Amino acid sequence: MNRAIVCAAMTVALMSAAPTPSWSARIDRIVTPAGIEVWHVRDNTLPMVSMEFGFVGGAAQDPEAKPGVANLMASLLDEGAGDLDARAFQERLEERAIALSFSAQRDALRGSLKTLIEHREQAVELLRLALAQPRFDAEAVERVRAATLAGIRRRTTNPSDIAGDRWFARAFPNHPYGRPSRGTLDSVASITTDDLRVLHANTVARSNLKIATIGALDAADIAALVDRAFAGLPAKAKLTPVPEAVPQGAGERDIVDMDVPQTVITFGGAGLKRSDPDFIPAFVLNHILGGGSFSSRLYREVREKRGLAYSVYSYLAPLDRAGLFLGGVSTRNDRAAESLTIILEEIRRIAGAGPTAEELAKAKSYLIGSYPLRFDTSGKIAEQLLQIQLDDLGIDYIDRRNGLIEAVTADDVRRAAARFLADAKLLVTLVGRPNPAPSISVSAPGGRG
Amino acid sequence: MSTLAAIAVAGTAALATPRAGAETAGPNVAHFELKNGLEVVVIPDHRAPVVTHMIWYRVGSADEEAGKSGIAHFLEHLMFKGTKKNPSGLFSEKLAEIGGQENAFTSQDYTAYFQRVAREHLATVMEFEADRMTGLVLTDDKVLPERDVVLEERRSRTDSDPAAQLSEAAQAALFANHPYGRPIIGWEHEIRQLNREDALAFYRRYYAPNNAVLVVAGDVTEAEVRPLAEKAYGSIPMQPDVRRGARPLEPEPRAHRRVVLSDPRVKQPQLSRTYLVPSYRLAKPGEAEALDVLAHIVGGGSLSRLYRTLVVEKDMAVNAGAWYGGVDLDHSRFGIYATPKPGVSLESLEAAIDAVVARVAADGVTDAELDRAKTRLIADSVYAQDSQARLARMYGAGVVVGMSVEEIRAWPDQVRKVSADVVRDAASTWLELRRAVTGHLIAPPVKTEKPS
Repeated sequence: MNRAIVCAAMTVALMSAAPTPSWSARIDRIVTPAGIEVWHVRDNTLPMVSMEFGFVGGAAQDPEAKPGVANLMASLLDEGAGDLDARAFQERLEERAIALSFSAQRDALRGSLKTLIEHREQAVELLRLALAQPRFDAEAVERVRAATLAGIRRRTTNPSDIAGDRWFARAFPNHPYGRPSRGTLDSVASITTDDLRVLHANTVARSNLKIATIGALDAADIAALVDRAFAGLPAKAKLTPVPEAVPQGAGERDIVDMDVPQTVITFGGAGLKRSDPDFIPAFVLNHILGGGSFSSRLYREVREKRGLAYSVYSYLAPLDRAGLFLGGVSTRNDRAAESLTIILEEIRRIAGAGPTAEELAKAKSYLIGSYPLRFDTSGKIAEQLLQIQLDDLGIDYIDRRNGLIEAVTADDVRRAAARFLADAKLLVTLVGRPNPAPSISVSAPGGRG
Repeated sequence: MSTLAAIAVAGTAALATPRAGAETAGPNVAHFELKNGLEVVVIPDHRAPVVTHMIWYRVGSADEEAGKSGIAHFLEHLMFKGTKKNPSGLFSEKLAEIGGQENAFTSQDYTAYFQRVAREHLATVMEFEADRMTGLVLTDDKVLPERDVVLEERRSRTDSDPAAQLSEAAQAALFANHPYGRPIIGWEHEIRQLNREDALAFYRRYYAPNNAVLVVAGDVTEAEVRPLAEKAYGSIPMQPDVRRGARPLEPEPRAHRRVVLSDPRVKQPQLSRTYLVPSYRLAKPGEAEALDVLAHIVGGGSLSRLYRTLVVEKDMAVNAGAWYGGVDLDHSRFGIYATPKPGVSLESLEAAIDAVVARVAADGVTDAELDRAKTRLIADSVYAQDSQARLARMYGAGVVVGMSVEEIRAWPDQVRKVSADVVRDAASTWLELRRAVTGHLIAPPVKTEKPS
């Protein structure tokens, strides 16, 4: 049966049938009068404008002894700025239904602004204040600190949160990635207003800023709004260098006892960074292993055939200073060890023999065909444009991307697999009462096949 | 805000019921019916060359017979197990090949299946979806492992999470007579007994064109969808007796009920309250819109009464909010939640909440509060139009619980008409303790030395 050839032919047909989004040619790279770069898409469908922006830095810039500063700072930027205290600031937002939010990710402070077009001037003024003159009033700091602590307390009893936090703590000892982005009960309690001000002064600047916008405005309007919001920021960020890191603990099994009917498992190891030439082949490989929702090998073997879990998955997590391969499953205690064995065996199998030609063709076809679904709302378009800038992929990436997927060969996939799956023993954290407990000596994948 | 809270509180297999309403939801929302009774809603959005295709069945967990809780949701899982024409996995494989996304969800009132694909594949997914409206084939080698999957799903969502267990208990307490008191995913001991015959019986009884609504949103027009829908779905015979029966309604509640869950794993106590209130379908004209406005004023964001009073002024809580469901076939719920600061008892927090509610019921709301709430709700309906998938869900959920397309479209206008008096009346009429269940999530008291 020559199914591989049939599939390949089909893929070519699909390529032409699934063009890149029609607006990709309309991405404007604007450099404002103040010299700030912004990628903009003009779209007049709705009377609104969306902006996504990021300052490189994020939780990785937290002081070593005080994880959680970036997170607390992000939560406080819209809690009073300039002459406006928290209440006045929130009233200004609410009166015009302006949606402004900030969050600290591991490698960037992210922000998002959404407004009706008629309120854009007020929206941008509030953004400017939040970024340039946050107040960090004692009242707001204590209030947001209390909410943050409550969230952390809640996480201490959530099996999935514990499994994830433990995994990162063990994989990255003495590295910012090993510390919880939200901080700990102790560290958050100890954060001072000075900590917030220092991190703000060091990390909110023009040199580490990326911006994407979409909405019913032309380039000149966008440039004016962007300058109003960002031009007054310091020119240069003072970032603490974050060292390159490789996850530790390979082959270890970290079991956290908890009286729950199900064991939550996080597994992972070194992956590939986004800038790695083999990232795209690795991405295709992971799709086949555990990425495709109802079609991956892990889904089939663990859920479909054996009913061991509701959710099982793997993914590539390319951080700025470390490439990661991660996955998870939740399964009843008495079959947790079995689930883990099956997952590790599937990883071993795909690392050894690679995917079949049919699997490869179908994965490429899916990834190419589904790409437009990432761009069907303004918010998603702006997020994609921002991520492409943060990943430094180039403004033509959207047009090139499906070609990159299409070009992936079986050899590419095998090469990528050899780089991050073969011999890569995984670190596994288990939260629950797995019985039997998984053997410590189990490791994946052993063979070079 | 209220929608997010509703998601959190529902905490079950159902995706959140989206808000009704979008001011001008796409230029022309078309609504028509095929000869076999299948309702069709088309929502054009030409910004990206993709479509969202959804089929909504007018059946959910509240239509299950006693003793078979979970069958609606279990059947939803089993709908992915193949048909005579398209054996197991073929539909999903086809979607994987063409780059489509798919999933399904079950609520108390409906069960929905959807695919998101490039526009040229609409006819293909329609053919597959139409085929499984009547062609499902189930064998035990597929059914039994999937039942284990559902039990794992229940363990993940509910049995591992004290807050979810409390929410389940509160729901059961709120509905003494109506089947909304059952969890959508089902009770564990009943899920264990569900089998192939149960699933097929439920399927044959409820899955038919005249018990379904087809929603297509995206880069299509009514003129394109109509012949495709006719071709794919038009030949499926209607079933005369398919419509679900009326569910038993709740009596007028007489007593405030309490549920308390004490678990050593609780490190952060929480308080929740839900009131039995009318849905959009059962409310008097304007009343449900007033409940939406009320939820925003009482508990939407950091300017709300609850947040200002409990978090900022009294310094008792780290957060507090409120939500209103609304998009339900029968009764609906109005919810309040708060998380206390360390050292603050849930009893004192509850008293403070009662005072906030009593005040709004007695004195009403200010014009500034009313304006802000309307602005936010109406702007949200504009923001909602940014997403074809969200629009498809809004219209689908609204139509299957008995709202008309026109009502959904006109929702922002109805919100605009809400007066301060109606909001106050809604509070005084519906936020009565006898209509409510209050839930306390706590850790067991620390054991002290045995007194001698």
